[in-house]
Amino acid sequence: MKHATEYRDGGLARQLAARITAEAVGRAEPYRFMEFCGGHTHAISRYGLEDLLPSSVRLIHGPGCPVCVLPVARIDSAIRLAEQPGITLCTYGDLMRVPGSRGVSLLRAKAAGADVRMIYSALDAIALARAEPQRQVVLFAIGFETTTPPTARAVRLAAQMELENFTVFCNHVLTPAAIQNILESPDLREFGRVQLDGFIGPAHVSTVIGSEPYTFFAEEFAKPVVIAGFEPLDVLQAVLMLVRQVNQGRHEVENQYGRAVSPGGNEAAKREVAEVFELRKTFEWRGLGHVPYSALRLKARYGQFDAERRFGLRDLAGRDVPGCQCGAVLRGVKTPLDCRLFGKVCTPESPMGSCMVSPEGACSAYWTYKRFRRGATEESAA
Amino acid sequence: MNLRMIHPLDLRQGRVDLSHGAGGRAMGQLIAQVFHAALDNEWLRRGNDQAALAIDGARLVMTTDGYVISPLFFPGGDIGSLAVHGTINDIAMAGAEPRYLSASFILEEGFPLADLERIARSMGDAARAANTVIVTGDTKVVERGKADGVFVCTTGIGVVPAGIEVSVERVRPGDRILLSGSLGDHGIAVMSRRHDLQFETQIMSDSAPLHELVREMVAAGGADLHAMRDPTRGGLAATLNEIAGQAGVGMRIREAQIAIKPAVNAACELLGLDPLYVANEGKLVAFVAPASAATVLAAMQRHPLGEDAAIIGEVVADSRCFVQMTTEFGGERMVDWLAGEQLPRIC
Repeated sequence: MKHATEYRDGGLARQLAARITAEAVGRAEPYRFMEFCGGHTHAISRYGLEDLLPSSVRLIHGPGCPVCVLPVARIDSAIRLAEQPGITLCTYGDLMRVPGSRGVSLLRAKAAGADVRMIYSALDAIALARAEPQRQVVLFAIGFETTTPPTARAVRLAAQMELENFTVFCNHVLTPAAIQNILESPDLREFGRVQLDGFIGPAHVSTVIGSEPYTFFAEEFAKPVVIAGFEPLDVLQAVLMLVRQVNQGRHEVENQYGRAVSPGGNEAAKREVAEVFELRKTFEWRGLGHVPYSALRLKARYGQFDAERRFGLRDLAGRDVPGCQCGAVLRGVKTPLDCRLFGKVCTPESPMGSCMVSPEGACSAYWTYKRFRRGATEESAA
Repeated sequence: MNLRMIHPLDLRQGRVDLSHGAGGRAMGQLIAQVFHAALDNEWLRRGNDQAALAIDGARLVMTTDGYVISPLFFPGGDIGSLAVHGTINDIAMAGAEPRYLSASFILEEGFPLADLERIARSMGDAARAANTVIVTGDTKVVERGKADGVFVCTTGIGVVPAGIEVSVERVRPGDRILLSGSLGDHGIAVMSRRHDLQFETQIMSDSAPLHELVREMVAAGGADLHAMRDPTRGGLAATLNEIAGQAGVGMRIREAQIAIKPAVNAACELLGLDPLYVANEGKLVAFVAPASAATVLAAMQRHPLGEDAAIIGEVVADSRCFVQMTTEFGGERMVDWLAGEQLPRIC
């Protein structure tokens, strides 16, 4: 595929890295940039980009992994739903392995008899509901702004078809609210524990919402934002653009991903989302706690497709595994290596926390791609 | 296999889940804790995909494999040809010549006879083309809903040429790692026909019998051909990790040397997959002493099934048994086991 390989040219990457090395100088402290999105975390690890960057640039992994930020309580609710006779729960692959409070994942619940089906798109759930009218089909929907329009489309289709056996367990969340929460967090503001010099903004999310939503906190918090694609060259170029903004004292929203992102985003997708969804007053994020106006729920007009209403779901009080540091990792306060469970009892095969489950999670990326950097003795003792 | 980083199986309360069949660590653990524990012997302990047996002076190799692929028919093959090729290849990976096969069918009530006949003919064609014969078999029918159309199990017996010993325990630091061709064709071809995925691609499964390619490699490498394995379920990544763990070595590979067809790369982008983890059914990876690596490589490249062969890396001493890759960018990353069950029923 020519299109992808253009953004993976090793020679160009080394040239970009050399420019970053030449320009990221003249500060005692390293330049610290957070890549918000798990897609960037994955690309950085998979292509070994940190090996190309100078020690004067540090990348901090952010909370932009939809599987990772879903609190245990929502997983528990989904498992309870799936265990009810007559209900078929449809979900995307990664979610199957996230452990709930009792250590039970959807995969385990499925092995014990719950009807859990892996799907690839929201429309698969609609097709299933039509094919099996005797079952209540629940779409376990998660994700940031990128995955919300397909869920909205599925709900509208269900309404048109007057499907009576289709509902959505909605866990869609919003990127700008999370970034603002990180910038306002005590870790950052009061204790100065995390120094952040800028953000690499998410590509796919921004194709939907556009680049405008970031201008508020670029100005308010005086932090530059560069929206970047997920190819390795995109990430390197974004780092260079951020270094230049910092050096020049600028804090603007710049768009590296001009090939797909416009200031206003995708108006049609935004309209579809606005038709079906409304803001929740608050929503719990793993790591960030309750974040105001950070998630979506179905509007009353589509209430019959809301699984929380149809099945009378009440918020459960989920509990993270004691010792799990996913929360601090998601805020960028700790790295996976700071967690005592990491690599000992918590691995991708038997994850204790969500950051070890998704390939976009920081712990999984560290374990899967970067484990060799730890000392040999430490590894063999693990 | 290095299993220390996962919890022991809960043999009282636990249940089989899909990850136990995915070719990763969870499956290794199931095999170790349930099957090896119950059936332990020197052949199983070696951890090869086949067992080498000495019977009255003859050196035989035996292997068995079950096929549960969905869909049954896919671009480049079907469950019948796959069941012949897969078992021939497991025999060939010991450097042996495949001779006799058996076939066992588990059929679901209601399965169309026309499909069954098509599968049987395909098996016959594949066996004849590879100069092997299916000499015995078994047929069972289960009630509707208790199977999915047809499952096929094949067993094979082959003969090892004199002086040849191809086995994982012979892999040692310094060995060159040779890969016979491009990765991911089978997995992508099968996925493109899954009812829930369905995308347009020209990619065909690479399903093919590898014993003739192996014959050339054995002739070229002799005793310097240390080990071979076909990277099926779990792809190249699982195979290298498996062998690294069994031989107690590490591996260093170079991304730039690993061939992947543009259409496979494109499909992997679409599906969010890494081609290193996607299944192959007509590729092999070989471990060859450095002195003979170039000779074996040249022999591979002369054969149609090895024309894209390349040396992709080396075996190194590493007690952690890590497989590491230099990316095309010059960065370093691990190539780990795949966790999870992304692609059930690929073979």
